[in-house]
Amino acid sequence: MSDNLLEISGLSVHYPGRAAWFFQKAAPKKAVDDISFVVPKGRTVGLVGESGSGKTTTGRAIVKLAPRTAGAIRYQGQDIGTLANAAFLPWRKKIQMIFQDPYNSLNPRADVLSILSEPLEIHFPSMTRADREARCAELLRSVQLPAEHLRRHPHEFSGGQRQRIGIARALAVQPELIICDEPVSALDVSVQAEVVNLLQDLQEQFGLTYLFIAHDLAVVEHVSDHILVMSKGRIVEQGTPAQILGDPKEAYTKTLLAAVPRF
Amino acid sequence: MSAEPLLRVQDLSVTFRNGDRETVAAQGVSYELAAGEVLAVVGESGSGKSVTALALTRLLPPAPGCALGGSVRLAGVELLTLPEDQLAKVRGGSIAYIFQEPGSSLNPVYTIGFQIGEAIALHRPEIKDIRAEVIRALAEVHINDPARVADQYPHELSGGMQQRAMIAMALACDPKILVADEPTTALDVTIQKEIMDLLARLRRERGMSIILITHNFGIVANFADKVQVMWKGRIVESGPVAQVMREQTHPYTKALIACIPRLGQRRRRLTTLSEELKVSR
Repeated sequence: MSDNLLEISGLSVHYPGRAAWFFQKAAPKKAVDDISFVVPKGRTVGLVGESGSGKTTTGRAIVKLAPRTAGAIRYQGQDIGTLANAAFLPWRKKIQMIFQDPYNSLNPRADVLSILSEPLEIHFPSMTRADREARCAELLRSVQLPAEHLRRHPHEFSGGQRQRIGIARALAVQPELIICDEPVSALDVSVQAEVVNLLQDLQEQFGLTYLFIAHDLAVVEHVSDHILVMSKGRIVEQGTPAQILGDPKEAYTKTLLAAVPRF
Repeated sequence: MSAEPLLRVQDLSVTFRNGDRETVAAQGVSYELAAGEVLAVVGESGSGKSVTALALTRLLPPAPGCALGGSVRLAGVELLTLPEDQLAKVRGGSIAYIFQEPGSSLNPVYTIGFQIGEAIALHRPEIKDIRAEVIRALAEVHINDPARVADQYPHELSGGMQQRAMIAMALACDPKILVADEPTTALDVTIQKEIMDLLARLRRERGMSIILITHNFGIVANFADKVQVMWKGRIVESGPVAQVMREQTHPYTKALIACIPRLGQRRRRLTTLSEELKVSR
């Protein structure tokens, strides 16, 4: 039994390109191009890259939010990349996502109780209404929000509080792996520190595994056990934070590091 | 005649009124900016940093919705009481602005060249060949093939190129002060470096002053001469960059710098603000 929760080998996501002339075959747009990496259980793997590098597409392809063109996605040894949507449902419970923009990823018309209840209704259909409500209150407590907030709507919260609700929603179904797609980039620095600390506390408490996608190298260095550097759809370099930060091998990684203003 | 600095802000306050409710967005803001100087304004959302910068040229809703107090003097001329028609010449003419999201600051239905040309026609009526001036402005911000970019629409450009076009537009009228409100927050770090290098060069070559609003202390340390930290609408700390980065007098500045993860200085846990220092949650 390997310790890797997730094993990606040769993953590609290609989109049809636009042909210059109609009988000419269009070159595909290679958003993700033949990448391989593993995510060990209980660890955090950081995925850094600039806009358009394919880091978000990689995260989305794992949960079938982006179409896989080629390659294998194995979860605890089982190939989940080839599953049809219906057959994939049990893995949606094991793999959850947190998104960048807490303003757009919560339904503005739903209160917090229904936002947090929805995944419970899908994955725990036998749960009673009272149990669900109790569970939602518990979820809010685990992200350090008071249980009274269950009846409030997203617009009544600050950005940091909304991101906590997004985290609570991901936690609702007791996932093993959470794909965090730029979870703190839209937040003020002081709020960013709180959310990063919260994610680390939750990881310890629930034994979570994270794929942490971000463009901020300092944040990725802080949270990650292993870092993948992506550029133009490919992983150009990977290693421990000390290796990537202290002894980068690739020119692209060096450029990226040199661009960060230090103080 | 006493030496009047380029910009002197004294006890500036911004108050928003909504019915009976009053919100003081900024108060007691005082500072001076010399020609060629870069002032960084640091603070979190809601600290009043952007509203203070907009208040300089009254780019805020008119009274009674918004009331300004204090004094803003540009080369000795009071801006807070200046008639609208004269103020219009200051806006974009002497004090130009660039904002965080170039995509939403540019008009999507006009070409880049048209929008820059509009600013030139308004502020520099003596210029006859506007198109040549537009192309010169685009070339100055290191846009390759400026003639082609002038004919493109904003959506055809990347974020970094859009911000360059915004800077070209702001500089086309040769402003004395450029207010840059989080100019690189939406951009990748490599593009951020290019834009900041560009601003540094323009400041050096033109002797232009810059008010740089940011939350990135890395940019402050590398780019600004002096810095002021805003918290709950007030300046809680100000001074030369080297001094403030070395030793902070206000607990908020200290805490704000401490909560930022720094490259190559891995810690087990990030510091957070104590309850009494929090602005938003």
